[in-house]
Amino acid sequence: MDSERMARTLARIAHEILERNRGIEELALVGIRTRGVPLAKRLAAGIHEINAADVPTGALDITLYRDDLMRHAVAAQPVVRRTEIPFSIDDRRILLVDDVLYTGRTIRAALDALIEFGRPKAIQLVVLVDRGHRELPIKADYVGKNLPTSLSQSVQVHLKEIDGRDEVEIQES
Amino acid sequence: MSVSKRVLKGGRVVDPVNGRDGIFDVLIDGDRIARVGRDLPVDDGVLVTEIPSGLVVCPGLIDMHVHLREPGQEHKETVATGTAAAVAGGFTAVACMPNTVPVNDNAGVTEFILKKAAAANLARVYPIGAVSRGQLGEQLADIAELKQAGCVAITDDGKPVATAMLMRRALEYARMFDMPIIEHCEEQTLKGDGVAHEGFHASALGLRGIPGQAESIMASRDIALAELTGGIVHIAHMSARQTLDAVRFGKSRGARVTCEVTPHHFILTDEMLGAPVPYDTNVKMNPPLREAVDRDAMLAGLADGSVDVIATDHAPHHYDEKRVEFDRAPFGITGLETAVSLCFDRLVHAGIVNLARLIELLSVNPARILRVSGGSLSDGAPADISILAPDLRVTVSAATMRSRSRNTPFDGWALRGGVAATIVGGRMVYVNDNGGVHEPA
Amino acid sequence: MKKDLLGIGDLTRDEIYLVLETAEAMREIGQRPIKKVPTLRGKTIVNLFYEPSTRTRTSFEIAEKRLSADTLNVPVAASSVLKGETLADTALNIEAMAPDMIVLRHASSGAGHLLSRICRSRIINAGDGMHEHPTQALLDAFTIREHKGRVDGLKIAIVGDLLHSRVLRSNVLLLSTLGADVWACGPGTLVPPGLERFGVHVSTSVDDAVGDADVIMMLRIQQERMDGAFVPSLREYFNTFGMTAGRVARAKPDVIIMHPGPMNRGVEIASDVADGPYSVILEQVANGVAVRMAVLYLLAGEAEAD
Repeated sequence: MDSERMARTLARIAHEILERNRGIEELALVGIRTRGVPLAKRLAAGIHEINAADVPTGALDITLYRDDLMRHAVAAQPVVRRTEIPFSIDDRRILLVDDVLYTGRTIRAALDALIEFGRPKAIQLVVLVDRGHRELPIKADYVGKNLPTSLSQSVQVHLKEIDGRDEVEIQES
Repeated sequence: MSVSKRVLKGGRVVDPVNGRDGIFDVLIDGDRIARVGRDLPVDDGVLVTEIPSGLVVCPGLIDMHVHLREPGQEHKETVATGTAAAVAGGFTAVACMPNTVPVNDNAGVTEFILKKAAAANLARVYPIGAVSRGQLGEQLADIAELKQAGCVAITDDGKPVATAMLMRRALEYARMFDMPIIEHCEEQTLKGDGVAHEGFHASALGLRGIPGQAESIMASRDIALAELTGGIVHIAHMSARQTLDAVRFGKSRGARVTCEVTPHHFILTDEMLGAPVPYDTNVKMNPPLREAVDRDAMLAGLADGSVDVIATDHAPHHYDEKRVEFDRAPFGITGLETAVSLCFDRLVHAGIVNLARLIELLSVNPARILRVSGGSLSDGAPADISILAPDLRVTVSAATMRSRSRNTPFDGWALRGGVAATIVGGRMVYVNDNGGVHEPA
Repeated sequence: MKKDLLGIGDLTRDEIYLVLETAEAMREIGQRPIKKVPTLRGKTIVNLFYEPSTRTRTSFEIAEKRLSADTLNVPVAASSVLKGETLADTALNIEAMAPDMIVLRHASSGAGHLLSRICRSRIINAGDGMHEHPTQALLDAFTIREHKGRVDGLKIAIVGDLLHSRVLRSNVLLLSTLGADVWACGPGTLVPPGLERFGVHVSTSVDDAVGDADVIMMLRIQQERMDGAFVPSLREYFNTFGMTAGRVARAKPDVIIMHPGPMNRGVEIASDVADGPYSVILEQVANGVAVRMAVLYLLAGEAEAD
């Protein structure tokens, strides 16, 4: 997936979001750090282009909620970054945004984190890439691209805002 | 093993008093040295002990600063375990300090110690009595009685004699009996609640410091009083370069002053407070380890003759007592079983002193200062003989020491030099299985 | 990171920055409606405070609870210590109940080192005698960075009883590692020997120390210091070394005034300065929780390497 395809995919998702959610005032986007955040911002921009609405956007760091902390052999703790959700999530329809959906554990952690902030009306999941191999019963509501992979492969999404280019890369590990 | 006649054959005899350094035989008869000569004829009934080449036969070493802890603190050490440690360390005699419980300020305690020493029958024990009753620094102890009972010197070790006035009186009085006063020089108000040498390392670790001048100020006081009274003072465990300067000055003016240094003070420095083991209580002693420049001054004094004696200040403490916060730990480390190896490794092999000088520091001078027999292998002298192994490779092992206590910072040190055997009054009371000297079974 | 945090020397420069950046993220948790994350759930942390301390102990306790750890305050003033139990035995007894971490405050320098040798739990030094108080220095650096954006190149004056202060030692180590220009100032009787060897200016003139300073950090002076003849009187101390508005005026116009607390008003610091516009003393307290959360989180992760 290159820059142009990514843009078209995100535009398509923005349309889908608006189609399936009647009350746009209730919506809010929360990107999961790190790459979910610029994706959420691009979606917000995309939605604004379609109907001039401003959907509030936040950033969620799920490190402290990971289920694999404290189980590492002799590895340093993963780096924690700030969570910034400058609005109330009560009674909102939250669109959780992440770059790659894989085992589903990140999303589980994100759900736990989000619940601490309030009681949303609903939570929907937006991912750019679904690579399969779920370990938990988690499903995305909006998928940019389904990418069947093998366990020996790794999927890396690169974004201009962070990596200087837009690209979805598959590597043999 | 007890034999009536023995000859030590073919060893290098180092006997500075008699000007000997060469291969000689030593004939022992009963508890005395009969003769020292080359290729002595061996009669029947004389046990021949071959001394392998490389070993040194010298007058028995005397440690004039040892804490045997008995009576009263037997959990740390007893006369029996302490004298066992002494002979394992090559010492044929020790002088023991009076800060026992009760204090050795009367004939009763002195006689008790001598009785215990006789029962152990290992190293000779010369008790040192207290200067003041209870070591409280107020009234003089019955010094004549102490001398009569067997004390060879007096001290309030652990502290200095409390006031200049009392020290003056003690010097004047002890002089009558030709007894030295052994002084723990430390100006108490400067010491305060200090636990380490005042300097960069104590500062970095947040430990209260004791400056070197706390020692030198008191030494200057004592040396001046010795000059005033004609009395005899011996500066114990000297650690600060300023103290050595004061001693040199006093000697130059004719004061009757001598001084001793411990092995840890001419080897270690206050850097050990922080590494390898930060706050290691086995590095806590009084006086504390000082800076490299002080340590080097002690080495220079050992080399140039300003320092008279090496003594260990053997201060055993129970493991539980040392396994506490640095502030709370008692001061002191053991020394009897590490001294000879440290002296060989860090003085003789390092070229600081030669063997003859080492024997002076460990035997000749202590005997002279304490006014006891020893320090030479003269005909008719008591057969107190140390057989040393200057090239024996030794690894210090606290766990296998004969002392009841394990508080030493030298555990694990690999050193060159050790003890092969120790003979007290003609009896071989210690043999090192790896030393090269063999006793018949 | 090393198993224990006994002093600033246990942290590399990069690790110091990691703590400060993690503290940023941790601070946000204190602003949520539910001030909790599950990160240290199931971990047991024992607060072993041999010296009374409300501020530091509460700060650690809140930090531990925000990370969902199980906190145990061992009231040492009572119980076994009064019965003469040694620190080593107290610690071994606690260890037998398998805590993950012990936060220790003790009146003896090096107490944490002793525990570290005999306990398997991670030890965090919350202040040992005159030695160090590493989390205080970390929260001080955090506060400074908040206001000044950086630490390196700043002129930082630390004024007070330098000799007895563990806050001084930790701060000197940390601030000079981060490249600050540190001035340590106090009466001649209260300067630790060899302080210059840490790479700081040592001065007995408070005017020189605070001139053009970006940060002024005041240290407590205790009543007891008159006993050792360290200072003639607290009144004279205030006159020669106290932080007054007049002295503050010699610093940069955007100077910040700090104090690890608790303050002796009118002794080391004038009330109007403590409560004045340059003071960030209360922020330091608030930042303490976030910084301690960061330290607990970063130290909790690594398993034993055995």
